[in-house]
Amino acid sequence: MSEAQALDGAAQAQLTSFRRLWRDGFFAAFSWGAAALVTIGLPDVVPWGSAGLFAAITGALAVLFVLLSPVVYRLGRAGEVMIHYGPWLVAIGVWLALWELSTAKSGWLPKPFFSPPHGLLNVYVADGTRLLICIGYTLRLWSLGFLSGVAVGYATGVALGWSKRFSYWGMPFLKLIGPVPATAWIPCTFYFFPTTFGASVFIVALASGIPVAILTASGVGSVNRSFYDVGRILGADNRYLIRRVAIPASLPHVFVGLFMALYYSFAVLVVAEMLGAKYGLGWYIQFQTAYSGYANVYAALIIMAALCAGIVRLLFVVRDRLLRWQEGFI
Amino acid sequence: MPSVPLASRSPELVSSAIDIRAVSHQFSLSGSKLPVIDAIDFSVVPGEFVALLGPSGCGKSTLLRLIAGLELPSNGSILADGLPVIRPDPSRILVFQDPTLFPWTTVWKNVATGLEARGVLKQSHARVDAALSLVGLSEFAAAYPHQLSGGMAQRASLARALVNDPKLLLLDEPLGKLDSLTRLTLQAELVRLWQRNGFTAILVTHDVEEALLLSSRIVVLSERPARVKAEFQFGKPYPRHRDDPELVALRRRILDTLGLAT
Repeated sequence: MSEAQALDGAAQAQLTSFRRLWRDGFFAAFSWGAAALVTIGLPDVVPWGSAGLFAAITGALAVLFVLLSPVVYRLGRAGEVMIHYGPWLVAIGVWLALWELSTAKSGWLPKPFFSPPHGLLNVYVADGTRLLICIGYTLRLWSLGFLSGVAVGYATGVALGWSKRFSYWGMPFLKLIGPVPATAWIPCTFYFFPTTFGASVFIVALASGIPVAILTASGVGSVNRSFYDVGRILGADNRYLIRRVAIPASLPHVFVGLFMALYYSFAVLVVAEMLGAKYGLGWYIQFQTAYSGYANVYAALIIMAALCAGIVRLLFVVRDRLLRWQEGFI
Repeated sequence: MPSVPLASRSPELVSSAIDIRAVSHQFSLSGSKLPVIDAIDFSVVPGEFVALLGPSGCGKSTLLRLIAGLELPSNGSILADGLPVIRPDPSRILVFQDPTLFPWTTVWKNVATGLEARGVLKQSHARVDAALSLVGLSEFAAAYPHQLSGGMAQRASLARALVNDPKLLLLDEPLGKLDSLTRLTLQAELVRLWQRNGFTAILVTHDVEEALLLSSRIVVLSERPARVKAEFQFGKPYPRHRDDPELVALRRRILDTLGLAT
């Protein structure tokens, strides 16, 4: 192909990108518009509140999709993301419309066990402040527990992996305690901790500390011996070998432990918040379940899911940064 | 290139004398003893380039580890400049067959390891730069080991050794895993670095030609347990050529000794 032809082709491609319309955007606008119409047009069997607000939000998004469809191919990175998730946007609109129909509009899935989307929205509107306080309490408990657990677990893991004597005495304990669910320690934590908050932090710390300790120990223990030989030849003492060889070399293992710790910590978080807490998402879920406020339970669960997913994402970002050197290996 | 004293001082300051006296060594393998070195005796004078040649698995590498001080011999003693070798020391540096660069850090930091470990890195940044330029890797200072080719990685590992101004460089088949062209280049480079810096060098190899191209004396070891089987002096000036008739003749004699003559 000649250069002129190539240029011509490029111009043509540009032209088609101008003329091109985002078809999924139109479909998404259609499905989200349908959800809005269903919400506002049909009456609730039992009123849930916030139907107007929900219809306004979904309707506004439908309009936005229409407006975006001629320009989305020229929006660069953000546009690519939208195009990639186009089918999902369509599906979510369909899902919202069906959800409205099956719950609030037909009563086929009845109150209080099922809630329509605008019922959940109503929870955020009506109980938003309390939920925000709960998020704050949950994040405080989780971060104190997780960070202290990871710090202690990591230090223990390095010691277990490095020192034969420490491993001889410590490993049996870790192997014995490791498989026991952290929540089984609740009775004795009440004795050892003056406040129930302290006990809750301890449970979360224990759940996150143990996988980190085990994986760090195995990571430090499995470092290529010749790295230590190189270090010793170059005049390194034990301190240097631990800090500059054992620790960075074991980092890939440590991150596996950290991801396990994350999931364990989320799992025990709800239980830990039952220990005489006054706020927190786990407490909120318990409290609302007792009063059959299932819409509130779902609303809180959605927040928890988003928080957990966000934290997992954050850890992935940190890992990719710290383990960039692995690129050639994995 | 910054003028940093990576070399060029009087011989006794830059190179070590090594005495290996009746050294025997054995491994414990599931209860039984496996002798790997059997009463080896030889000396290396300061500035000499000695090649240890022998069949694979004969204990050559173990001997280097003993000289480096990574392990202590079961019997006998090893002296470096008259003092017994009891632990590793940055004046005696072992270069492995694998570059064993730390993959989690940059080439520059890898080369700086020895200086950093001894707490003298702050005042010697220029030495690291000089060592890198000595092996032609200045442009790769910020690269990670996985971005280097095999030859470049081995150069980096040489720079990591040379930055410490070793008086003894122990080379454990350092070119064994490289392709033949890279090998030729690095053989010439090793000679250049040895001549420039003046250290004592002990090279373990199973490549007779490599031994003849690089060293001034060749010690042939027997099958395991290693014993000194023969020694050959080769005073030919550098650079040497593989088709040099003297070299070819000596290679034939050495292969004879190894029982491999054709």
